[in-house]
Amino acid sequence: MAQLACQDVSLGYEGREIVGGLTFTVNAGDYLCIVGENGSGKSTLMKTILGLRSPMRGEIVMGDGLRANEIGYLPQQTAVQRDFPASVREIVLSGCQGRCGLRPFYNRDERRLAADNMEKLGLTPLARRCYRDLSGGQTQRVLLARALCATQKLLLLDEPVSGLDPKVTAELYRLIADLNARDGITVIMISHDISAALRYATHILHIGERAFFGTRDEYRESGPGREYLRFHGPKGGAKP
Amino acid sequence: MNAFEKLTLYLQYPFVRYALIVGVLIALCSSLLGVTLVLKRFSFIGDGLSHVAFGAMAVASVLRLSDNMALVLPVTVLCAVLLLRTGQNAQIRGDASVAMISVGALAVGYLLMNLYPTSANISGDVCSTLFGSTSILTLTPLEVWLCVILSILSVAAFVCFYHKIFAVTFDESFARATGTNAGFYNLLIAVMIAVIIVLAMNLVGSLLISALVIFPALSAMRIFRSFRAVTICSACLSVCCTLAGMLIAVVAATPVGSTIVAADIAAFAGFSAVGMLRNR
Repeated sequence: MAQLACQDVSLGYEGREIVGGLTFTVNAGDYLCIVGENGSGKSTLMKTILGLRSPMRGEIVMGDGLRANEIGYLPQQTAVQRDFPASVREIVLSGCQGRCGLRPFYNRDERRLAADNMEKLGLTPLARRCYRDLSGGQTQRVLLARALCATQKLLLLDEPVSGLDPKVTAELYRLIADLNARDGITVIMISHDISAALRYATHILHIGERAFFGTRDEYRESGPGREYLRFHGPKGGAKP
Repeated sequence: MNAFEKLTLYLQYPFVRYALIVGVLIALCSSLLGVTLVLKRFSFIGDGLSHVAFGAMAVASVLRLSDNMALVLPVTVLCAVLLLRTGQNAQIRGDASVAMISVGALAVGYLLMNLYPTSANISGDVCSTLFGSTSILTLTPLEVWLCVILSILSVAAFVCFYHKIFAVTFDESFARATGTNAGFYNLLIAVMIAVIIVLAMNLVGSLLISALVIFPALSAMRIFRSFRAVTICSACLSVCCTLAGMLIAVVAATPVGSTIVAADIAAFAGFSAVGMLRNR
């Protein structure tokens, strides 16, 4: 059974529909990129998958033993976080919060999980550093480590590379691809970077006037895919 | 008579001891939540809610209620819940709604006090409610016990929910997505801050409560770099400044509230200087 299945989902605000008729499934180990123009409803879709808001129509079904609070989430950074006085360890550990339930303090397993995830993402030397003193790439790695504390199964990433320079961007993409390939974590990523999407993703969901869902190769041949690639894509587009 | 003798003399009076106990407890509670409120961009909520409490107190005295608290506390809690709730997706954004409620409550309170005067000296009443000039020295044992119990409850709640409050403050949507009941913790923070503000009105009066909430937190953030260190430092600093401010006020016969805030400002200046030196 699929890990996540969207059946004819419509999304919108205050009765106004932004996206309609979204149907797609995500299986364990998939790497799905969600692409589309600004305002097409990508972030709204992500919030709906996370259960932060409910769809106007249709339903999102979790399967394969995935529970709603077992999704790791890497949000876009908010203004509050940029000058937040917290150490890297505190932030990574807060990813274990969902496991605690009503227990007020973290137990040994959760501390070890946080330490392991910091080690995995090369954050151990930074553990005591303050979040606001980190570089853009480092903060994304911290938030990724936190997301990994919340899940072993499914990661949702909301434009993880926005504002990063090309070198750090490439590193972060490699890290995410590793997590997907080596640890078998399903990845769902919102991205504007179509060339990276075509390079790493196994499936593409295009949201817009003409929606598309399918594998990467199918997307290259499809109508919306060709159109989008002409403007944004790697071959002969407006952007190199 | 030197300052020390004067102090020992004053400390023999129970009302001075009560004032010190209540002052320290309120300083402790307000600074704990101050860190969260400053980071959530709600620095002005202390100001707004204290004006609400002022308005409610005016209504209570116009209605000639025997127990002001019975009206002031619920009204303030209600406003705190409304303000913190609408923070996210409101039509009127956080700072605007705080400003609106704050000014509105102040104006209505003053208006009512003038329309239905309960004593001959209205401006004196208003002044003491706003700047808390005398009420801390007229506390009854019952009020002191109430304050002690509510403070213990607040500190206990803060310690128990420390990690959850951190998660909700740092990233509410992440916390929500991973199954933390963010709405409940926001509600808890709102109720706690409202209770503390109503208590603190006795100490520094409604105008200066913001100072108790934000100064220790901001000072601690100049130097410390983890949430836990900032919280602990802010609590210690707040208690020290309040104690120092009250003792100075007793010895030098200055207004209690403004002396405490002056001590907080001095500490902030000191911490900023140290922070700047360390970052160079």
